[in-house]
Amino acid sequence: MSLLAGMARPEPFDVERVRRDFPILRQKVRGKPLVYLDSAATAHKPQAVVDAVARFYLEDNSNVHRGVHALSERATAAFEAARAKVAGFIGAADPREVIFVRGTTEAVNLVAQTFGRTRVGAGDEVLITEMEHHSNIVPWQMLCQEKGAKLEVAPVDDRGDLVLDELERRLTPRTRLLAVTHVSNALGTVNPVRRIVEMAHARGVPVLVDGAQAVPHLPVDVQELGCDFYALSGHKVFGPTGIGALWGKAEHLEAMPPWQGGGDMILSVSFERTVYNQIPYKFEAGTPHTAGAVGLGAAVDWLQGLDRAGAGAHERDLLAYGTARLQEVPGLRLVGTAREKAGVLSFVLDDIHPHDVGTVLDREGVAIRTGHHCAQPVLQRFGLQATARASLALYNTRAEIDALVQGLHRVKEMFR
Amino acid sequence: MSAELDDLYQEVILDHGRRPRNFRPLPDATARAEGLNPLCGDHYTVYLKLDGERIADVSFQGAGCAISKASASLMTSALKGKTVAEAEETFRRFHAMVVQGDRGQAEALGKLAVLKGVCDFPTRVKCASLVWHTLHNALAGERRPASTE
Repeated sequence: MSLLAGMARPEPFDVERVRRDFPILRQKVRGKPLVYLDSAATAHKPQAVVDAVARFYLEDNSNVHRGVHALSERATAAFEAARAKVAGFIGAADPREVIFVRGTTEAVNLVAQTFGRTRVGAGDEVLITEMEHHSNIVPWQMLCQEKGAKLEVAPVDDRGDLVLDELERRLTPRTRLLAVTHVSNALGTVNPVRRIVEMAHARGVPVLVDGAQAVPHLPVDVQELGCDFYALSGHKVFGPTGIGALWGKAEHLEAMPPWQGGGDMILSVSFERTVYNQIPYKFEAGTPHTAGAVGLGAAVDWLQGLDRAGAGAHERDLLAYGTARLQEVPGLRLVGTAREKAGVLSFVLDDIHPHDVGTVLDREGVAIRTGHHCAQPVLQRFGLQATARASLALYNTRAEIDALVQGLHRVKEMFR
Repeated sequence: MSAELDDLYQEVILDHGRRPRNFRPLPDATARAEGLNPLCGDHYTVYLKLDGERIADVSFQGAGCAISKASASLMTSALKGKTVAEAEETFRRFHAMVVQGDRGQAEALGKLAVLKGVCDFPTRVKCASLVWHTLHNALAGERRPASTE
């Protein structure tokens, strides 16, 4: 690539052109054009990602960090290139700070089981928030149970914003870690992570950020956020399933004990003693999901090749349009109306159960998620067992919001 | 609107979903069981009052979708006065109809047959069967909540 091509400005964002990168969107479901509004569950993959994964298996497949042969060299180079791409994508200072994991859930568990286990003792506290996904609740609950520590929860208000004063009040001398989501998967709230990190660090409390729902929508710079750990899932950011990344400050990662034992995470093994490998390999036992990492790297390339400011403006327009259109539907109540939101329109409609809403919409070709979204505590906070959730990605259109609204009128007709 | 959808949400089902029968606790219940669908949070309690081998009364409470509520309403209506063995036999037939799609069971199931359309909606089968599993547990004296998983 010439220097000029490398510096070329991307073309202005055009949703119709972006949609052409997603063959899966060009289909009919139950005789109707597919309207996919479930990207918070998993996003679709552009052709470039599918091609990268296929090309890896067709041309470069081999094990990494092992063979002396050409294919192993290529596979290793592709895997490490993907690590560097992910590092660049989230503003990491050093690719060694990026550990490949299965996804956000595994990233949180890794931190809980290594950093957490060495730092949290009896009587200590781990602070989370009321809007966390189960994957940022249960690993901490397990750790607290094991250690005799206490899980503290910072509340959210009626709009779905974190109550920052209450969060600050729960940062005590016993708090050993704060785990907080960047963007809520159930409400769409964007948390002021930088401010939260400042609050926590002022009291010497390290912060883990669940970035699963943030990276598809917002530019993320972990150094600017100032957090200690940042977790993400490949499949939510247009990459493959089964691959994700944990970013951690090198000083933490180096001090942490390894998690899983096995090949690749060692320098030498004898029955008396094992010497562990350097970061990030210390945390990557066993043959990794190499093709997944390559696919994630391709997703990052694809995303960074877009006019991201334009994509952001498009997404904000969709969210504002969707919010306004949904509020026109009689009997519809939005759940989660935070000041700053991304990608999520959660709602209930009259006393019609979200499952019934979802089934009728599905027959109209409209795919949404219904249920508790793996965030039962925050739904309970709003007095609900379930909501219907339309979630947006940069490939969605205003016309698809219109199809959703039209479908909701059908739902109301049916259950009137 | 698709024919399958009309078949699923028949007027009888919508009516039972809106105005469920036997939707109350049973203070003198001899058995009760809880049912939980962890995927969607549907949560019901089924109460039973047994008089020997006969179901003297059966009721339910809880929250869930139109299908699960209608299924509970229709189930409790159908089983009142039946013997335990008859109830289990009805469960077997109902299960065959909604889970295996055996529409031949419909005739023997009477009013419960309105739920036969559920088998065309694989993601909704559990909604219809949850309260039946719960009833089964209540009859068996099972303490753990019934689950469709």
